[in-house]
Amino acid sequence: MDLTKLTALELGKKIKDKEVSVIEATQALLEKIKQTDEDYHCYITVMEQEALARASEVQKQIDAGELSDSPLAGVPVAIKDNICTKGVKTTCASKILYNFNPPYNATVIEKLEKAGAVIIGKVNMDEFAMGSTTETSYFGVTKNPWNTAHVPGGSSGGAAAAVAAEEAFYSLGSDTGGSIRQPSSFCGVTGIKPTYGTVSRYGLVAYASSLDQIGPIARNVSDCAVVLDLISGHDTKDSTSVPRDNYQYTEALIDDVRGMKIGIPKGYLGAGLDKEVKSSILAAAKVLEEKGAVVEEFDLDAVDYAIPAYYVIASAEASSNLSRYDGIKYGYRTEDFDGLADVYKKSRSEGFGNEVKRRMMIGAFVLSSGYYDAYYNKSLKVKALIKEGFDKAFEKYDILLGPTAPSTAPKLGESLSDPLKMYLGDIYTVSVNLAGLPAISLPCGIDSKGLPIGLQLIGKHFGEKDIIRAAFSFEQSRDYKGPVNNA
Amino acid sequence: MKSYETVIGLEVHVELATQTKIFCGCTTQFGGEPNTHCCPVCTGMPGTLPVLNKRVVEFAMAAGLATNCKINQKCKFDRKNYFYPDLPKAYQVSQLYLPICHDGGIEIEVNGVKKVVGIHEIHMEEDAGKLIHDPWEDCTLVDYNRCGVPLIEIVSEPDMRSAEEVISYLEKLKLILQYLGVSDCKMQEGSLRADINLSIREVGAEKFGTRTEMKNMNSFKAIARAIEGERKRQIELIEDGKQVVQETRRWDDNKDTSFAMRSKEDAQDYRYFPEPDLVPIEISDEWLHDIRSRQPELRDEKMLRYETEYDIPEYDASIITSSKRLADIFEETVAICEKPKEVSNWLMVETMRLLKETEMEPENILFSAQNLARLIGLISDGKINRTVAKEVFERVFKENIDPEDYVKVNGLTMVNDEGALRTVIENIVAGNPASVSDYRSGKEKALGFLVGQTMKEMKGKADPGLINKILKELLS
Repeated sequence: MDLTKLTALELGKKIKDKEVSVIEATQALLEKIKQTDEDYHCYITVMEQEALARASEVQKQIDAGELSDSPLAGVPVAIKDNICTKGVKTTCASKILYNFNPPYNATVIEKLEKAGAVIIGKVNMDEFAMGSTTETSYFGVTKNPWNTAHVPGGSSGGAAAAVAAEEAFYSLGSDTGGSIRQPSSFCGVTGIKPTYGTVSRYGLVAYASSLDQIGPIARNVSDCAVVLDLISGHDTKDSTSVPRDNYQYTEALIDDVRGMKIGIPKGYLGAGLDKEVKSSILAAAKVLEEKGAVVEEFDLDAVDYAIPAYYVIASAEASSNLSRYDGIKYGYRTEDFDGLADVYKKSRSEGFGNEVKRRMMIGAFVLSSGYYDAYYNKSLKVKALIKEGFDKAFEKYDILLGPTAPSTAPKLGESLSDPLKMYLGDIYTVSVNLAGLPAISLPCGIDSKGLPIGLQLIGKHFGEKDIIRAAFSFEQSRDYKGPVNNA
Repeated sequence: MKSYETVIGLEVHVELATQTKIFCGCTTQFGGEPNTHCCPVCTGMPGTLPVLNKRVVEFAMAAGLATNCKINQKCKFDRKNYFYPDLPKAYQVSQLYLPICHDGGIEIEVNGVKKVVGIHEIHMEEDAGKLIHDPWEDCTLVDYNRCGVPLIEIVSEPDMRSAEEVISYLEKLKLILQYLGVSDCKMQEGSLRADINLSIREVGAEKFGTRTEMKNMNSFKAIARAIEGERKRQIELIEDGKQVVQETRRWDDNKDTSFAMRSKEDAQDYRYFPEPDLVPIEISDEWLHDIRSRQPELRDEKMLRYETEYDIPEYDASIITSSKRLADIFEETVAICEKPKEVSNWLMVETMRLLKETEMEPENILFSAQNLARLIGLISDGKINRTVAKEVFERVFKENIDPEDYVKVNGLTMVNDEGALRTVIENIVAGNPASVSDYRSGKEKALGFLVGQTMKEMKGKADPGLINKILKELLS
């Protein structure tokens, strides 16, 4: 039996039933990574020794009857490299943090470890989560397991590709403008961006604090829901995390959408959308309709301005968040310098890549005196309008449906030459972050190039259960297809 | 020369006396080995997040209420961005757009004239670390202990016209904050720092002149000197037909002069924007009411109460309430020994004398109310006389010793055995026939000499009244 083909829940059950040991599962995964990661480059750091030591520790706990209520005890997980892991390099795929070893764990890591998770390694991403292709990583690009001439998407490209390539049972990514959903779409896997405030951001190295959320990427909706159960919750270390009544997302894994009202924003099907993607999305809507949902198209207000507003707000926050990387306390410091200003200038010039520099400059500009009102303040107003637009839509609909991205995965090297075009690729995802809403991306088809297409379902504030239910119902209509199965 | 008016506004930074820092659980204690009072949060490590200390908000509210400010019941934090090694996040979390308190003021009095100095706003913010230059290694070291210590910045209106008014304002502010218990206001330790904004204009002019900002004064005296120096410098410029340049200047108290640090042209753009890691602060009516009802008695009320409740003179009450520490000792001691006038005397005379002699501030008084009360008890029980008491008080003042133990161990208790005293006096009388005959021939002074001799023999441990009585009996 090839253990790496199992879903996280399937493996968790086998471990619980003592059919498979935690060490066997960990070894199998390490072996798989050794075999194929040279082709895909999903990992920045593989924690072979730590994972094996941790595996035997977890096995002991399981043998002692502990962790019996944790469905994922002993299941290895891959972590995006912007989530702090105590004593393990957390680089954000940047030269400036190439040697950074956090002396603390992110809250999500503490939660997963308490549930018996084995961290297998840290996965690749766009530098500081800025990018849509994982090509801006200082440590080299990750390739799409469906076709290595294509990008895996980004910024959580390593996290999505590792799950697709069966180099991880599940992973944690982060989503600021689509960074969980878009690579999930490009790699044919499932990813959830939770409502802002659902998962603690403590230990997530900030890109844009008001938009960042950590979320799961896995092979199916059930795995994602069970991971979300584990990582969500109010955290006293994160003031922006919100106490909620019920974190049992697995309760929503029900194959029934009868009477559910689903709206399709007309703008999500307009110009710029690939034809094959469009027909695949409409087919998915049909499936849900046939299962009893009420589906209709409608006009969603203000989303036209989502992309400029997003890039202004996210870049503004990033310019401030990334100022701490100055070569003084930790991380990369230039070798040759003359005085304080020179350390700053050279360390930052040499330590950051172009995309990060571009966004920091945009951010510093829109916050500077004389421009603040015209750009930053105006973007906040747009953000409020977008939120209103969604609020209005959710008076009528339980969930919204549309594509995750306008096309399937582009070829390597195609996107970076035209950043504006790359930014436009975020058109269906960024407004969800601006409004702080939950959304899921799950596979709904394969185009003529053999690349997966992603379906996006958007829920109301704290409406994770609605989208999980609809996604689970849709998922029952088709089998999971991974790139490795195709090969 | 024309006649000029000085216009002064103050920005006062005050470190709050909370146990822990503004956004993490680290101690705020002053001193401590470098980089021992910090954690990943206050040193701005990647991925860490701030969590607001509720006490900081309460202290800021208390300061606002005591200075007659309006409270913004919905306020929030902003980021002030700039690079400096003592600022590990490269931004300071502060309040620009919606500060917690605004539009208040306090009354000051200079030479019998009262006026109100307006307070523009009070906002909360975090302190930065400290840079220490090592001349031996020729390098600069960073100590993050102070990083994240809570501050309030109290911004006055440009309502002051002289150094005297500024000092009066600062003294009043300091007392209010000390009475509230929100800060110890120790200038030497940097827990109260004042920046002076100063401009001059011709008397009668309506428009303000160009102002400069002066930093780095660490005592009230230095502030007075800096104001005088800057006033003169600006007048000279104007008289010479030159312009005052808007700039930040650094006061050097040793050289009694100031130096330009940076001009308005190279003033930094701090790119303030709302801090996304903290949610806006909502102050409910209940919370505000609770803080209001817990406001302690401030100086003016205390003075009045001392006069009526303890029947001590206005002058004494004003001296004792001029320091929170003095007032606290006064009240605690009175609570134990119930002799307000006696306690007041010890504070007014001996304590003041020793403070002056040792160049100490009343805030740093060491001795406890218990020990002062014990000393007063020893006197009223007739165990020691006043001369011995003064000597013992000096030890109480300097080392906070227990006077009862001290008197016992050093055998200072008065000898109240009249028979034994009479024997000693008989010997003195016998040994000083000249003084005896002087006294008998009407020289009253001679009696003083004989009392002194007796006291010397008794090593000060005798009741002078009793000595007098016995002497007069023997010499009559």
